Amino acid sequence: MEISYFAIIIGAILVNNVVLAQFLGICPFLGVSSKVETSLGMGAAVTFVMSLTAVVAWCIQTYVLVPLGIEYMQTIVFILVIAALVQMVEIILKKISPSLYQALGIFLPLITTNCAVLGIAILMIQKEFSLLQSVVFSAATAIGFALALVLFAGIRERLEFEDVPEAMKGTPIALVTAALLAMAFLGFSGLV
Amino acid sequence: MNKLSIILKGIIKENPTFVLVLGMCPTLGTTTSAMNGMGMGVATMAVLIMSNFVISLIKNLIPDKVRIPAFIVVIASFVTIIQMLMEAYVPSLYASLGVFIPLIVVNCIILGRAEAFASKNSPLDSILDGVGIGLGFTLSLTVIGAVRELLGSGSIFGFSFGIADYMPLVFVLAPGAFLVLGYLMALFNKFAKK
Repeated sequence: MEISYFAIIIGAILVNNVVLAQFLGICPFLGVSSKVETSLGMGAAVTFVMSLTAVVAWCIQTYVLVPLGIEYMQTIVFILVIAALVQMVEIILKKISPSLYQALGIFLPLITTNCAVLGIAILMIQKEFSLLQSVVFSAATAIGFALALVLFAGIRERLEFEDVPEAMKGTPIALVTAALLAMAFLGFSGLV
Repeated sequence: MNKLSIILKGIIKENPTFVLVLGMCPTLGTTTSAMNGMGMGVATMAVLIMSNFVISLIKNLIPDKVRIPAFIVVIASFVTIIQMLMEAYVPSLYASLGVFIPLIVVNCIILGRAEAFASKNSPLDSILDGVGIGLGFTLSLTVIGAVRELLGSGSIFGFSFGIADYMPLVFVLAPGAFLVLGYLMALFNKFAKK
């Protein structure tokens, strides 16, 4: 693969933003992002878990699944790895850094069902990235996720005070807002 | 509860897309055309029916503490089966749905139904519940796909009206997905929820 790291980073954060262009991780995007502060917490937790998952998933794919010829087990193995990893991160954080656990704690269990984590693990295998490329790609994607979440939360905080038609209240207006944000991100296409 | 109402409630009253707002990622990501939306809906429905059935059969064998991981393994197995079947028999649909096929595993609708319905009800009722919710999901995805395909590329189910050049392509791109779903949900709130 002759893709430069710079292209991977810009591509993952802006051009192919995980939420606004690839539609992964929509649930936390719509659910958690009503305050900027919680969005930052969620973003940090996802960045942490996604980078870790990239390393573990890449190693499992290269050293276990491919040599044994059981690539079709990928989905099952990856989801179990992610679930176990999230659980482990939670236990370790609780022991060594209670303050960080306090900050990220409530977001960690939610991450298991965040399709962005599994989606990125599958995508980086599909793109045949090397280990380092995978980690850079995952971390950049997670930063893109955090960016979208925080931007969206900023808009939604303002939206709370607006007079919205009855039928549009809640999710519909959030989706239309996301559409405008996605349109803004379309402007980045062609950057890489 | 009578059998018919189990099926019907999934379509309007507990519509997974417009009312429960679950499974948003495939809803937005795969509805670039009516065909893709329907394909995704049917694939999800197949997994949902089978996982609901198996989970309600083994519900008494699973210790309560490891319930969720056990459900996930059952669901992931069926997803892998569907994935291999689709790759073999409908390769073009499989290619256009891409990463969203393996991602059926983390679709909250399926785990949600396993937890809320299949783990408490009989196998037959669980199958019916899967059919109802699956149909609701398939219908919503097909409608969203049809609207986006019509507005974006001037056709429905690949049947072209010859007006593609005048249609705004943005509806097939990412912003169109959010926009169409947002307005359809508002319409649903206005007319169907009463």
